[in-house]
Amino acid sequence: MSNSTILEPATKTAAAAQPLAGTSISGSQAVLEALLAEGVDTIFGYPGGAIMPIYDALYDYTDKLQHILVRHEQGGIHAGQGYARSSGRTGVVFATSGPGATNLVTGLADAMIDSTPLVCITGQVFAHLLGTDAFQETDVINITTPVTKWNYQVTDATEIPSVLAKAFYIAKTGRPGPVLIDITKNAQLQKFDYEGYTPCEHIRSYRPKPIVRKEYIAEAAKLINSAKKPFVIFGQGVILGQAEKEFKAFIEKGGFPAAWTIMGMSAIPTDHPLGVGMLGMHGNYAPNVLTNDCDVLIAIGMRFDDRVTGRLDKYAKQAQVVHLDIDPAEIDKNVKSAVPVWGDCKETLPMLTQLLEKNDHSAWLAKFRELEAEEIKEVITDELNPTTEILTMGEVIKTLNELTGGNAIIVTDVGQHQMVACRYAKYNNSKSNVTSGGLGTMGFGLPAAIGAKYGAPDTTVVAVIGDGGFQMTIQELGTIMQFGAAVKILILNNQFLGMVRQWQQLFHDKRYSFVNITSPDYITVAKGYGIEGKRIDQRADLKTALQTMLDHDGSYLLEVMVGKENNVFPMVPQGCSVSEIRLK
Amino acid sequence: MIKQEYTITVYTENQIGLLNRIAIMFSRRKINIESLNTSPSEVDSVHRFTIVINEVEDVVRKLVRQIEKQVEVLKAYYNTEDEIVWQEMALYKVPTDVIAEKVKVERLLHQYGAKAVVIRKDYTVFETTGHREELESLIKALEPYGLIEFVRSARVAIIKASKGFHEKLKEFEKQEPGEEVIENEYLDKQDEVFTM
Repeated sequence: MSNSTILEPATKTAAAAQPLAGTSISGSQAVLEALLAEGVDTIFGYPGGAIMPIYDALYDYTDKLQHILVRHEQGGIHAGQGYARSSGRTGVVFATSGPGATNLVTGLADAMIDSTPLVCITGQVFAHLLGTDAFQETDVINITTPVTKWNYQVTDATEIPSVLAKAFYIAKTGRPGPVLIDITKNAQLQKFDYEGYTPCEHIRSYRPKPIVRKEYIAEAAKLINSAKKPFVIFGQGVILGQAEKEFKAFIEKGGFPAAWTIMGMSAIPTDHPLGVGMLGMHGNYAPNVLTNDCDVLIAIGMRFDDRVTGRLDKYAKQAQVVHLDIDPAEIDKNVKSAVPVWGDCKETLPMLTQLLEKNDHSAWLAKFRELEAEEIKEVITDELNPTTEILTMGEVIKTLNELTGGNAIIVTDVGQHQMVACRYAKYNNSKSNVTSGGLGTMGFGLPAAIGAKYGAPDTTVVAVIGDGGFQMTIQELGTIMQFGAAVKILILNNQFLGMVRQWQQLFHDKRYSFVNITSPDYITVAKGYGIEGKRIDQRADLKTALQTMLDHDGSYLLEVMVGKENNVFPMVPQGCSVSEIRLK
Repeated sequence: MIKQEYTITVYTENQIGLLNRIAIMFSRRKINIESLNTSPSEVDSVHRFTIVINEVEDVVRKLVRQIEKQVEVLKAYYNTEDEIVWQEMALYKVPTDVIAEKVKVERLLHQYGAKAVVIRKDYTVFETTGHREELESLIKALEPYGLIEFVRSARVAIIKASKGFHEKLKEFEKQEPGEEVIENEYLDKQDEVFTM
């Protein structure tokens, strides 16, 4: 998938092409006109009393706007997230007031922490009923304030065009995030003189993109050029900033080993010669250990999450940190930087690359490869080529890689299977890893995969999901049934809530407290939804079964029974330093 | 690092819900707000929050940056007590007969610079303005004479070094801001870090 698929947001001239400008329209129509002007093609939603006028207006827009009726509003917002993540565009979600709106909260929190651009539109009771405990009234604005980048309640239809323009502008610019617009029913019904839609380009109190200060670029370049053991760690900022090319040029000119966070994964192909793997608790051995050995640590579009840093007071203390981020609140939040480079990495990286001396740190890179060899020997070989009778999660992902060639979008849920998928999946293309990183939302996988498929319809989308998470949003099989998203569902079933069980084994004396989870017959469940499926537990069947899944015309569910008590290693135990990472 | 009193000044748009958005940033971190005042500012249409908390500087610095990140916040500053001029106001309700009888009370009020706002047959309301300790010591002094009611306002504070917000706002209103707007107290105080 290339960036060329990203539609340009509405331009100023678009207003002229709006036939409804100058006529009287309803607030609901104004909402849909705004979506069209912003280039929206897909909405994930669920109707209800307070949003009925918008759905009524939608009845006349079905030729221009595709609406996917999900089975639960949480599924709707995760689908919106999946869409945004695979396409690089803003996801749009509709929900009604009260329970409809509160069901969005988990997805908003997830999108907030993972910086996913969303515009959620919720219906609200009539303005005159606000505060009266009316049917399905809830204080959505205040409930969602901490989990939205911005939210706003509209009670007058005339506000709708400008508020939605602001919503799209805020969601997508700077550090992206979710925006929620709550529209009272009277405003949806109200007719007003529509003047057309003008996209927002400026809010005086909002500065999404700082002017880059050249003196900091120069300072950073000087420090980086002087480094003997420079190490680049990067996050989703590279993807969100559409700076993949600029990033590649940067590391290639400097010859820097580069490791990704779980959110930064796929910004460069996983087999890039300078790629040294994933950071963090279940990341690779070399980047974790050598974080505490490098002399200059160059952090790009990442936020030093505790799952990445482990124990902070023992994190990269020997290194001088250069931190590139668009969000000034992230700079110095967790790790003190020697040189902050506040800006959009699409701008700052080329400026920095220009000042770099062409370099080759092959001896330093070899150190990563040495430790990688150790990890291969101690962990990876057994995981990918096990001698046990029962299958491992790793070999399933390895076989999947062979069949997709690294060209599929891999969506995961949360838990052991997520760590295994992110450790072993191959990615050739940016935006092809969709996972709940910051919030760790079980139940994210299936609906996000549905959304990801709509965001990248020409790409194979494989949802790798555990038996726990799948049961949290299993109802979205109904969405697939009705609208036909060709999502390949790969359940890795270890009959446990595996990650919690692993912790109970390692840190709680194997006191397996409520981690033993049973599953329904997923194949029969899928069949009930008209989705074909198969369960396997033999190595001999693995490749054929995965091939059948991928070749199947439409959605397909493959359940693979894997080792019950396998653990994910390496692991940085909580409270330990990254260099204390355990191989077993 | 020890906790001390910081006065946070936030310039914002006047927007419903913004008070909550800012207030929950403190409660999320379990920080008690000692005093909070919202008022107009020197600039028409720009609102000004004055918030007092007790915290260590590192926490305050990070918190202020998170506040400034909010879409409707124009700018946020934090200052220690010596960097600001501040006042609080208090009202005291005391029985009128006691005041009339006791010369001592009269002298006391005079000493604290208290002014009578309302004088009724049954009670009198006095007002004083000053620093918290002064306002509080007057309560102590009035207690023996039957203080009926007491209330103190939030802090209002002026930043000594500030040149006001007029010039800055002009920059904010431009599509392409100049250095003024991107000025970030953190970036500007990096000198010590740069002497590597």
